Amino acid sequence: MTNLEIIGRIDRSIAEEFEIDMEEMKPEKTLFQDLGLDSLDIVDLVIVLETAFGFKIREEEGIRKIRTLGDIHSFVIQKKDELESIPR
Amino acid sequence: MPLKRVVITGMGAITPFGRGVDTLMNALLRGDSGVRIHPELADIRGIRTRVAALVPGIDPGEIPRKYRRSMSSMSVFAALAAGDAIAQAGLSGEQVRGGRFGVSIGSTIGSPRTTQAFFDDFRIDNSVERMKSGIFFQIMNHSCAANVAHMFGITGRTVAAAAACSTGALAVGYGSEMISMGKLDFMLCGGADEFHPLTAATFDIMNAASTRFNESPGKTPRPFDRDRDGVVCAEGSGILLLESLDSALRRNAEILAEIVGFASTSDPESIANPNAASIAHCMHQALLDAGIGPDGIDYVNAHATGTELGDIAESEAIRSIFGDHVPTSSLKGNLGHAMAASGAIELEASVEMMRRETLLPTHNLDHVDPLCAPVAHVRENTLRRVDTVMKNNFALGGVNSSLIIRRFRQ
Repeated sequence: MTNLEIIGRIDRSIAEEFEIDMEEMKPEKTLFQDLGLDSLDIVDLVIVLETAFGFKIREEEGIRKIRTLGDIHSFVIQKKDELESIPR
Repeated sequence: MPLKRVVITGMGAITPFGRGVDTLMNALLRGDSGVRIHPELADIRGIRTRVAALVPGIDPGEIPRKYRRSMSSMSVFAALAAGDAIAQAGLSGEQVRGGRFGVSIGSTIGSPRTTQAFFDDFRIDNSVERMKSGIFFQIMNHSCAANVAHMFGITGRTVAAAAACSTGALAVGYGSEMISMGKLDFMLCGGADEFHPLTAATFDIMNAASTRFNESPGKTPRPFDRDRDGVVCAEGSGILLLESLDSALRRNAEILAEIVGFASTSDPESIANPNAASIAHCMHQALLDAGIGPDGIDYVNAHATGTELGDIAESEAIRSIFGDHVPTSSLKGNLGHAMAASGAIELEASVEMMRRETLLPTHNLDHVDPLCAPVAHVRENTLRRVDTVMKNNFALGGVNSSLIIRRFRQ
């Protein structure tokens, strides 16, 4: 999966779950302020991403540093890279 | 401290006929039935009933996601009905959020559909890793009350009475008492429930669900009829805006009716079977609360669900207090039994019967069961001015409730 494909999947998944217009899905948008999410939504956001990408991230320290949609893009891309670099 | 008078200034209804009290009344006046065949019930092993009265065409999307995420269907019904009641009362958001406003709304249990969805997923791999944050807020017992309070910014008391079929009437009664005591000026009161096969099965396994009219749903339930064969489960919500008379007069609100009496009694004889003496005791207590005698009641809106035992017991109780001359009918022949919502929806229809000076009959009452005590059944739409109405509801668990409303006069 390319980075662009990952970003597309993230944006579509979040937009669908939280009923956000796709035009709003810009990397610089903050989750709380701009996209209107709150702490309960973040619980669900983790599940949305875990379901979309098939990984477990709830315990990841990096999640706590996420502020913008772009932060999510970077976090997931890095996580996918990490997972794909593990020898099977 | 003198007790305050309490009046109804707004009503909202979500019923098997759709949204709104006018929609409900138009259907009832036409003699419509909200009961339909639901063939999917046949997929459940052991359940024999195939009919239910479900709410059609409600779009939860009009509720912002922020509020909707913690709502199951029953809370959606309650929230929409509450909004309509507030609108009819002509209250501003500022008045609703003003601190003198409370909520008294109950359901039989928290959302059974959400509970099932959670356990369906949980049982796959014994995992809560896919559990979304909204689940608890949909299955908690005070889900409807809390969701309504949250959505409208209500800061007074939140009360969530739960007594199955008596819930709606109890919620109105308790709300009325709080306003009467001066604790609050406004309360949104009523009940809501969503259909789930669990509810139908509860009656079915006790041989108290209708099963002989699976191919002719409009013919069931049949309160007081000799061919009745049990309850038809329904869903919906009825929410009434109760207000102190002082407040209503101050803001020149249209007063739909006054609540003048309420009683709730417990029947410890049986957890399931109704008892005529206990029902009569509750009705008598409501009369005492209203300070009137039996001759002060012009119409009785019965609980009568169409079960063999319940209709006999209630008819005996009505007969013992009112003889055979107070017009009596049950609306469950049209509506089915919306459990926690039924009392509030039927109370709203009773208010409208008073306002429209038309009594509604018991749908499907073709041949009065000789085993039921003879009372003055309303058999067709009847033009008649009534000023005082008794509304009965009786619940599994032995919780009886009776409300008395009156046409408002100064």
